[in-house]
Amino acid sequence: MSSTSIHHHSSAAANAAREYHLAEEPHPENGTALGFWLYLMSDCLIFAALFATWGVLGTSYAAGPTGKELFDLPLVAINTAFLLLSSITFGFAMLQKQQNKLGGTLFWLAITGLFGLAFLGVELYEFSHFIHEGAGPTRSAFTSAFFTLVGTHGLHVTFGLIWLVVLMIQLSKHGINPANNRRLMCLSMFWHFLDVVWIGVFTFVYLMGAL
Amino acid sequence: MSAAAHNHAGHHHDDHSHDHHDDGPHSTFSGYMTGFILSIILTAIPFWLVMADVITNKKTAVLVLGAFAVVQIVVHMICFLHMNGKIEGGWTLLSTIFTIIFVAIGIAGTLWVMFHMNTNMMPQHVSPEAPPAQSAPATHTP
Repeated sequence: MSSTSIHHHSSAAANAAREYHLAEEPHPENGTALGFWLYLMSDCLIFAALFATWGVLGTSYAAGPTGKELFDLPLVAINTAFLLLSSITFGFAMLQKQQNKLGGTLFWLAITGLFGLAFLGVELYEFSHFIHEGAGPTRSAFTSAFFTLVGTHGLHVTFGLIWLVVLMIQLSKHGINPANNRRLMCLSMFWHFLDVVWIGVFTFVYLMGAL
Repeated sequence: MSAAAHNHAGHHHDDHSHDHHDDGPHSTFSGYMTGFILSIILTAIPFWLVMADVITNKKTAVLVLGAFAVVQIVVHMICFLHMNGKIEGGWTLLSTIFTIIFVAIGIAGTLWVMFHMNTNMMPQHVSPEAPPAQSAPATHTP
């Protein structure tokens, strides 16, 4: 493509200054999306380090309680359902946004927030239950690794919720404009990414820990 | 799904060519529902496998559970995060592949190194005769 355009230039106006760069420079269409994706990938590396830590320390019980004794799988299943439902409701919010429906977007974002809050509530209940049973973060290497990994994920969900509330205020004030569109797109990626990390958590921490 | 999505995306770009650069990829209802239903299935089966004690062999169970997790992560990537090889000129996919390699080396490498360190450095493997050798002179010298 570039060669033809150069030929065209030279034949049309031989005296005109030649341009030696490509007519179309390759550049990503959407800088924010790629940049935010790279941030998520860096977050992925943090979780990789925590998963590796869990893999090494997850069976060092120090004569304390084991995962099989501690984990309440039906509770984890409910929590997983909450997070999965929050993912699909965020999807519905994005679909409403695409149709420029502010009310519908806010409604589904609110539902997403409630599911996220329910997830956090169950997680905090679980944490307090463990601590109450003498399986706090300082009990063994196993509980340290558990609280660090699952707690970091919970912290991400917490910040996602704060972001969600702030964005809902922005949306209700300024409507669906390009800036809010971009913010919604980023939060959507963030939220779905947290669901992806949770797949790793419920599989490698809870299910394999309860084997 | 793909045909409808492409049509829609095409219209979108025609309508406002330069206004909404940061809209992100186009989402469809069928895409989200496909991901949601697949996720329910791919979550329910591993939970059932563990809670009903279906697989007795622990190694088999770990492999099966890991496989379900990998498949579900791919489903989430495609249906919820709208991953494909084309968005951002392929840079999103490239950075993801880099991350996957990094994560795989980080986790597999750590487990491999630490597993071997544990098995090779346990006290009984380091010097099994050490404690008797120390106590032996004490009993014999007098």
